[in-house]
This record gives sequence, C-alpha cells and structure tokens, in this order.
Amino acid sequence: MSLITFLKGTAAMAAVIALSAGWAAGEAAAQIKIGSVLSITGPASFLGDPAEKTLRMYVERLNEAGGVNGEPLELVIYDSEGDANKARTLATRLIEDDEIVAMVGGSTTGTTMAMSPLFEDAEIPFISLAGGIVIIDPVNPYVFKTPHTDRMACEKIYEDMQARGLSKVGLISGTGGFGKSMRGQCLDVADDYGIEVVADETYGPRDTDMTPQLTNIRNAADLQAVLNPGFGQGPAIVTKNFAQLGIDVPLYQSHGVASKSFIELAGAAAEGVRLPASALLVAEQLEEDDPQKQVVVDYKTAFEAEWNRPVSTFGGHAYDGLMILVEALRAAGNSDPEELRDTIEQTSGFMGTAGEVNMSPDDHMGLDLTAFRMLEIRDGDWTIVQ
Amino acid sequence: METFLQFLFSGLTVGAVYAIVALGFTIIYNASDVINFAQGEFVMLGGMCTVFFSLWGLPLPVAAVAAVIVTSLIGVALNKLAIEPARGANVVTLIIITIGASIFLRGLAQVVFDKQFHRLPSFSGDAPIDVLGATLTPQSLWVMGGAAVIVVLLWYFFTRTTFGKSILATSHNRLAARLVGINVELVLLASFALSAATGALAGILVTPITLTSFDAGTMLALKGFAAAILGGMGNPLGAVVGGLLVGIAEAMGAGYLSSEYKDAVAFVIILAVLFVLPSGLFGRRGTERV
Amino acid sequence: MPAWLMQPRTGGLLLLAVVMVAVYLAAPNNFYLDVAIQIGLNAMVVVGLNLLIGYAGQISLGHAGFFGLGAYASAVLPVHLGIPPLAAPFVGMLCVGLLAFLVARPVLRLKGHYLAMATLGLGLLVFMLLTNESQLTGGPDGMTVERLRIFGERISGKDWWYLITSVMLLLSVWLTLNLIDSPTGRALRALHDSQIAAQVAGVDVARFKVIAFVYSAMLASLAGSMSALYSGFVTPDKAGFLHSIELVIMVVLGGMGSTFGGIIGAAVLTSLPQFLTVFAEYEHMLLGAILMTVMIFLRRGLLPGLLDSLRRRRAS
Repeated sequence: MSLITFLKGTAAMAAVIALSAGWAAGEAAAQIKIGSVLSITGPASFLGDPAEKTLRMYVERLNEAGGVNGEPLELVIYDSEGDANKARTLATRLIEDDEIVAMVGGSTTGTTMAMSPLFEDAEIPFISLAGGIVIIDPVNPYVFKTPHTDRMACEKIYEDMQARGLSKVGLISGTGGFGKSMRGQCLDVADDYGIEVVADETYGPRDTDMTPQLTNIRNAADLQAVLNPGFGQGPAIVTKNFAQLGIDVPLYQSHGVASKSFIELAGAAAEGVRLPASALLVAEQLEEDDPQKQVVVDYKTAFEAEWNRPVSTFGGHAYDGLMILVEALRAAGNSDPEELRDTIEQTSGFMGTAGEVNMSPDDHMGLDLTAFRMLEIRDGDWTIVQ
Repeated sequence: METFLQFLFSGLTVGAVYAIVALGFTIIYNASDVINFAQGEFVMLGGMCTVFFSLWGLPLPVAAVAAVIVTSLIGVALNKLAIEPARGANVVTLIIITIGASIFLRGLAQVVFDKQFHRLPSFSGDAPIDVLGATLTPQSLWVMGGAAVIVVLLWYFFTRTTFGKSILATSHNRLAARLVGINVELVLLASFALSAATGALAGILVTPITLTSFDAGTMLALKGFAAAILGGMGNPLGAVVGGLLVGIAEAMGAGYLSSEYKDAVAFVIILAVLFVLPSGLFGRRGTERV
Repeated sequence: MPAWLMQPRTGGLLLLAVVMVAVYLAAPNNFYLDVAIQIGLNAMVVVGLNLLIGYAGQISLGHAGFFGLGAYASAVLPVHLGIPPLAAPFVGMLCVGLLAFLVARPVLRLKGHYLAMATLGLGLLVFMLLTNESQLTGGPDGMTVERLRIFGERISGKDWWYLITSVMLLLSVWLTLNLIDSPTGRALRALHDSQIAAQVAGVDVARFKVIAFVYSAMLASLAGSMSALYSGFVTPDKAGFLHSIELVIMVVLGGMGSTFGGIIGAAVLTSLPQFLTVFAEYEHMLLGAILMTVMIFLRRGLLPGLLDSLRRRRAS
C-alpha cells in the first residue's frame, strides 16, 4: 500500500466517522440527554446494579407520561466496573461524544472523584450516588450527591451507642474504598461522642474468614461493642464469624449493608445487629403521618413490582438523584447545563428516599442526621429502634 | 493457646480451599503443560450452579451432583474448543487463552445467573464446636474433610488405576505415551473433566462459609496458583502443602502481625521460598518445561 | 520504494507518526482523543514489556506495579516532598529503575511459571502498599494529582496531552528498536531465544535480561506518571493484578517480539471495551470470546499472524 492510498483511506474513514457523529447528534437534538456511569459489574455491582435498574425504570415512566417540559428523556448508561480510570474515560465519552446535559451516577467515591474534575471543566452538573464526604467537602460547584455521608453514619451509630451506655468499641473495617473511608471518619468523630476505639482490625474485599481479626477484637480489654464499616459479602461473613466466636456485645453494621440480601446471607447470625439506614428499608413500618412515607412506599412498590427483588437503599439514591434533576429541569424550564446547576443548588424541601433535601451553595447534599433511621434486625426483618 | 488454635483453624479451613484449587491447577498442568487460569471459575460454577439448581427446585444433594457434572462438561468443552485447537502454541499464548476463557465464563455466569451474592445452607447446622477453647463450625470440618477425601481419591486414581497412570505417563512424555498405545486425547479430556469436577466440589463445600458470586473465582485462582507454585508446580503433595501454608500464613499474619498486610505476609513467604528454592518446595529440580 | 522506508526504525516510525497525525485529524471530538491518549500510554508500557517478554523471553505479571509506582510518584512526591510536578516523573522513574535493578537478579534467576509468580507477587506487594498506606496515598479511593504547569501554564487540554503522549511513544519505540538492534539483541533474535545456544555463542544473556527488565520497568513508570498527570487522579487499580494481566495480553495479542504489534495490541484492547459498551451485559462474554478466538487462530499475535497470512496469500 502506498502512502497516498493510505492517506486517502484515512481521510475517507475520517469523513465517515465525522458524518455519522453529526447525524447522531442531529437526530438526538429534540431530546434531553442524561448520562450515567455506574459500577454495574465488579466489586461494587450491588451499588450500581439497583441504581441502573432504577434509572431505566423511571426514565421509561417519565417518557410514557410525556417526558419533561414536553421533551422525552434519553438515558445513556455506561459500566465503569468500579474502575476509576474506566469511569473517567466513560465520563469523557458522555460529555464529549454523547453531549449530555447532566449526569446522575458514580457509584463509588473513587470513581466519583476521578470524574468530578471533568464535569467541572465541562460545566455540566453531576449528581453523585456515592457516600464519601470528600465529594462535597470542599464544594465543587458542579458536583452534588444524594446519599448520606459516611461521617453521618458514624455519628448516628455513636449516638445510639451513647444512648445505650457503650463507649469501648472494636472496629473491623473492609479495606475497600467504602470501609476504609468510613473507618477514617469513625476514628475522626469518636472523641466527640466519648467513644474509645479499643481494637482496630481490617479485612480484604475478597476475604472469606475473619475469625483471626475478630478473635483479637474479642481479646481486647473491656470491649462493649463492635462496629463493622464495609459493604459486599464481607459484613455477612463478619456477622457469621462473630456469632461463631460467641462474642456477646452488640454488633453494629454500616449503611453499606442496607439491603435485604444482607439478612439472607448472614442468616440467623444477623439477629440483633443494628445499623443506620434510610427509611426506605422500613417503608411500611413508618408512622402514617411521616412525611417520607408516601415517597418510600411508592418507590419500593414500583421497584419490587418491576424487578421482582427487594429494594436496596442504593437504588433509592439513584431515584433521588434523578428526581432532583427532573425537578430542576421543570423549574428551569429548559435543559441548559449552566441553569440546571443553579437550579439544583436551590433544591429545597425535596422529599427523597434518603430524607428531606435542602441544598445551598455550601451544602451540595442537603441532608441532616434525622434522615437516618437506626434499625435492628429482629426475626429476619428490619425494625425501627425508637 | 486458644487464640493460636483459633488462628490455626481459620488458616486450615481457608488453606484447604486453596489446596483443592491448587490441585486443580496441578492436574491440568501435568497432563497438558497448561496453566489454566479459568480454574477459579470452576470453583465459582460449582457454587453458583448448586445455588441456582436448588432455587429452580432440585433438592440440594441432586443440585450439587448436577453442578459437578455441568462444571465437568464445561471443563471438557474448554479443552475441546479452546485448548486443543491451539495445540503447539506458545505457553504464554495458551495462558492468555485460559484467561480469555475465565473472562468468558464470568460473563456467562453474570448473564445466566445474576450479579448478587448467594449462599448455601451449612450441611450440618451452624452450631459452633468447642475445641480447647477455640471454636470451629461444622462446615469447616466438611471443607477440611472434603479436601482430605479428594486428596486420597486423587492419589488412589493416579497411582492405583491404569487410567490414572496413563495420565501420569502422558505428563512425563507425550510421544512415548502415544507410542505405548495411550489415547492422549482421552487423557487430556479426562484431566480437564477431573480438574473441573474437583474445583466444582470445592465450590460447593465452601459456599456455605464464604458465599459466592459470579466473580468469586478470580481471587481463588490467584491464591490457588500461588499455592501450587509454592509447593512446586506439578506436584500434588506440593499443591496441598502449599495451599495449607498460604492459608495458615494469612491467618497467622492477620492474627499476630497486621490484618492489612496479611496477604503481603503470604506473598513475602512465597518470594522468600522461591529465592532459596527456585522450583518451589517439592518442584522437580533441573527440568525446565517452559 | 526506497529500502530505508522498509526498515522498522525509519519506515515504521514514519508510518506510526503518520497514523498519529491522521488520528488527530480524524478524531471527531475529545473523547476519541482521550481513548487515543490511553492507547498511547498503554503502548509505551507494552513496547517495553515486549522487549522483556518477546525478546528476553521473560514473562512478568507485575508490571502494573511499576506503572502504579510511577503514577503515585507524580501524585505523592509534589505533595509530601515538595518535588516540582515536572521533576516528579523522572525522580519516580529513577527510583523504579533502581528498585527493578535490585530485584532483577534474584527474580530473573527463576524460570517460567515461577518467574510469573514472583513478578505477580512483587506487583501485589506494591498494590497492597498503595492501598493500605492511606495517609500517603489516599487509600483505595485514590488521590488527586497536582496539574502539570510549564512556565506557569496549566497543561490540561487533550490536544496538549495527545502531543506529549505521541512524542513520548515515538521516542520509546525508537529507543526500543535501537536496543533490539544492539549486538546482544540481534544475537538473541538470531538464536530464536534459545538461551543455551545464545550462551554458547558467547552472548551475555543474563545482562540483557536485566537490561530489558529495568528498561521496561522504567518505561512503565514513566507512562504511569504521565497517566496520573493527564487524568489528575490516581487509584491503586492502576497497580493491580488485572492491569498487569491486561498489559501482558496486549503484548501477546499484538504479537510477541513485534514492537509495532504491541502497539496494535494496546490499541485493540484499550478501544475494544468502548465498542462493546453497546452490548451492555454481554460485554465480558464477547471480550473473552474475542480474546480466545484471536489467540487460537492467530497464535503468534495479530500483526505477525496477519502478515503471515498475507505473505501466504501472495505466495499462492
């Protein structure tokens, strides 16, 4: 092949690519394009999977009802597999190639942090579904988040421990992003609640036996409670090992296990475990006059009817993110990213599955501690601790 | 003392699983010189198939047997469709093919089953057994006992049966084996089936303890490979000893040193052993097969 | 066509440069450039790794460890040691080179699968260090990297990085081809990587292996540093076992012992997932199936395999 034919070929190819890209953009002009990068597979799939299902279901429903501002929504979802580097490339794709107006996604703190600078540079609003406090502190003008922070989870747990007169705590944390970050926050706020951490152990994301770590915790002097920040199958195994070793102090799990599958996986060992979670898990048990009841019961019923599996709070975060965005779209009356950002920042009194959201320029999450409920597992189901 | 014993029990349970996975590597390696990186997926398939067969209404024992059979068939298919057509290819190429197979099987499991974690009920209850102050679950005994039975059966098969011996003969010299009338194709097929069945059995035994999901195989393959190398690739005794050593090193590392670096403890030991004994604890000296 | 055009070091590099310019002109938007930059960074590692695997005959399942060290060098050194961001990649590269040199002798004494295990172990140790020392590295969630400034100008645009990556890749290919064409490299190639034959012929095999190991580690470190500076964020995934495997797959897929094949391997494996996103949940099945099929039918790798079949067709 001579150089000239090669160049001709390349030029022709370029023309084809450019044309098809232009054609695709033209076709999509009448729609509101929303993007999402989620950890649908990989170690954090239990975060991304329900979020994906939630987004697909509600975008379909919104479109059946005539879309938003008379225009249908178009949803583009990519799977980051929990890998920050992949997430970054896919976010670039959403911004540059799909030309989205806003993003609801980012299952883990790591992927969110990798994507945040891109949205800041492109001036497109990004509502994250991850827990880490670093996402919104310091505030990035274009980045918002819907779940409670891991710091709030620690505070909620410590409040409950204080009320029960427990102060000497053994920590056993997962070394994944979630566990590691929450462990740091829990160590950080321990002093504020007079909590003393008497043992501090960890386990890997794929570990299958935590009895050595728990044995060390059991041997700690004056142990009064054990706290396990982590998600995935780890906390279920910790709970089973905890029962096997016969450690007889209260066990606290984090909001990372707030789905029914935790109770199934841990079996009888889960009895008596406490954890902070959103009202979604106990939708039917809420008082009739609870302002959140309507929202969480509706979401729970819709999700379980559509997908035939129990809801998890992680799908709820996606619901909140999408609905905050839809409200902003309606309030702004158009889908200009810059205006959307401003409108999202003004969200107030929005009732989501995670609680009432009141955002401000300094607070891009807008939740407070009352949004968390302390739950205890009794007879294989969640109950609200009063 | 009871603390030490508790660590030891943990190490032996986890180590027994690594040992069975390492044995799976050994069987295929001996018959075909292939390091099968899809070995972890056999373990995953054993657990996941049992979970779903019983969800679909089969009684647990039947589901388990069916899972072993299905996994063996997948092992056979892997050999027929991917390894045999590439016969004579470079060793690294063959490794990449098995990595491709492992990605494929993981993707398949994700589509056919789902992405959730699953568990199986413990075979004989969850009431912990007290041994000198340390506790042990009945399922741990099942895992250790199962590993021991597998080792004995494999030993009997390879040293006492004609077919087993013909597998060993093929591993030593394929041409010579062919010349004395051994059906080499059949031997390869059998070793893949056997290795897959062993892996599946391990998966069924450990799922009540470790839980399982479509991507549970990667870590097991990594640890099993490490165990096989530590013991000396190709030596079944080495695989068992290597597996138990890695498991115990992890448990003791987590218990006495630092739970953050417990995996590092295992790998530092492996590196140290390799620097002193370049072909592992029980590896064949002086013969280079790569 | 003049003979010099057919030489890898002249014609090959020229073709590579032409392709780079063409890709730049053809890219409809920054997303395509982003993928191209990722390809370029991976290709830098693969070119070095190919020297180790394809020529020196030594497999490494731990090169992502060196990549990760490089990435964290440009993230950690400016923040914690006050080293300017522009110097950090080179300081990192030198440290990684030293580390690789220190472990090279004992590690390269091992053969085959044992070598694979040892390099795998080293990579995992690096990964664990980066994950666990969260005071320094931010732990599994990673840390942000200070943006690169040259003369006070922030280098963050895709165009800039495409240029930097392209130039660095051309340089690494040129350097690698020179190493392959050195007397030792040529001797090894002529002897079809039979170590005994090479030793008999008086080639210092051990020395070449160490050079290839250190060189590939340093190249991986540099690419890692660049990748960190480019994306402004690093996570330990970069140093992980899966990334190591990916790098080896790129080498083998493209064609062991073929420098340009390695670049094609990097291009295919980096861009393939982007094409496969339309198949959503079937993505992994397809990826695995494609990998198996290519390796079964083109067992020497894409470039050598395709060249072979072309030659055969022309001959018949």
